[in-house]
Amino acid sequence: MKILAELRAQGRAQDMQALVDHLPYARFLGIRVDRKGNEITTVLPFSDHLVGNVMLRALHGGAIGAFLEITATIELLFVTACERLPKTVDISIDYLRSARAVETYGRAVVTRHGRRVANVRAEIWQEERTKPVAAAHGHFLMNPV
Amino acid sequence: MTDDLTDPLAHIPHAAAIGMQLVSRGNHRCVVRVPYAAHLVGDPDTGVIHGGVITAVLDNASGLAVRSTPDGVDGPPMATLDLRIDYMRPAEPNKDLYTEAECYRTTVNIAFVRATAYQDDRADPIATSVATFMLGTAEARA
Repeated sequence: MKILAELRAQGRAQDMQALVDHLPYARFLGIRVDRKGNEITTVLPFSDHLVGNVMLRALHGGAIGAFLEITATIELLFVTACERLPKTVDISIDYLRSARAVETYGRAVVTRHGRRVANVRAEIWQEERTKPVAAAHGHFLMNPV
Repeated sequence: MTDDLTDPLAHIPHAAAIGMQLVSRGNHRCVVRVPYAAHLVGDPDTGVIHGGVITAVLDNASGLAVRSTPDGVDGPPMATLDLRIDYMRPAEPNKDLYTEAECYRTTVNIAFVRATAYQDDRADPIATSVATFMLGTAEARA
């Protein structure tokens, strides 16, 4: 993928915000990346177009799933230099609480890292880190540099 | 299958923002279409739409299938418990995406749904999913 090679050439291989800005669907969702040292937190600011239930002002399950998937992918790209974006093989999402009309945060951990496949767990929360609104685990095919 | 005159997806902001359209529903099934659009692209090099779009349409179609009973289109409040998606192949750019969902079992508490996302040929899926929904929740989720 061109953007990954360009960032690498510029010595910005870990600039995940630049990557996210380059992905139309991540821009559509409004995802930001907050980096503190070697830790990445993804941020999904609330926006009306993410709502799935107007009566409850709850986020759409699909927006939550996509945010988890992008959080997992970004973590994977942050810890592993890849030629292309990882391909999702499968993802399993647990919906734990209603996601309200506020900012949402995400963290992911690469639990196993093989030559071709990585296992990643991701969790998202809103006001309280200890009360996740959803969690996911998935397998991703990679093309390491 | 019966067509609704008003598309319930038009009243769901995120579904409308993605461009989801109800094709048909009834008898615990539904078909939802997503026209190809630039803002759905996940990889600008290839123009392939993002997996998250497929997640969103599988989730929404699965929920709609639960509510597509022969005797009425609206059931009790419900919440998605889990959604598991297998991705078989990338979607091809510039083609509409279809999702067919079937609620194949409902118990007092739980609805079980499977769904397939495809483009030209249902037998050549892009992704398949299974989902469970908790029925009759006090606090319904999207």
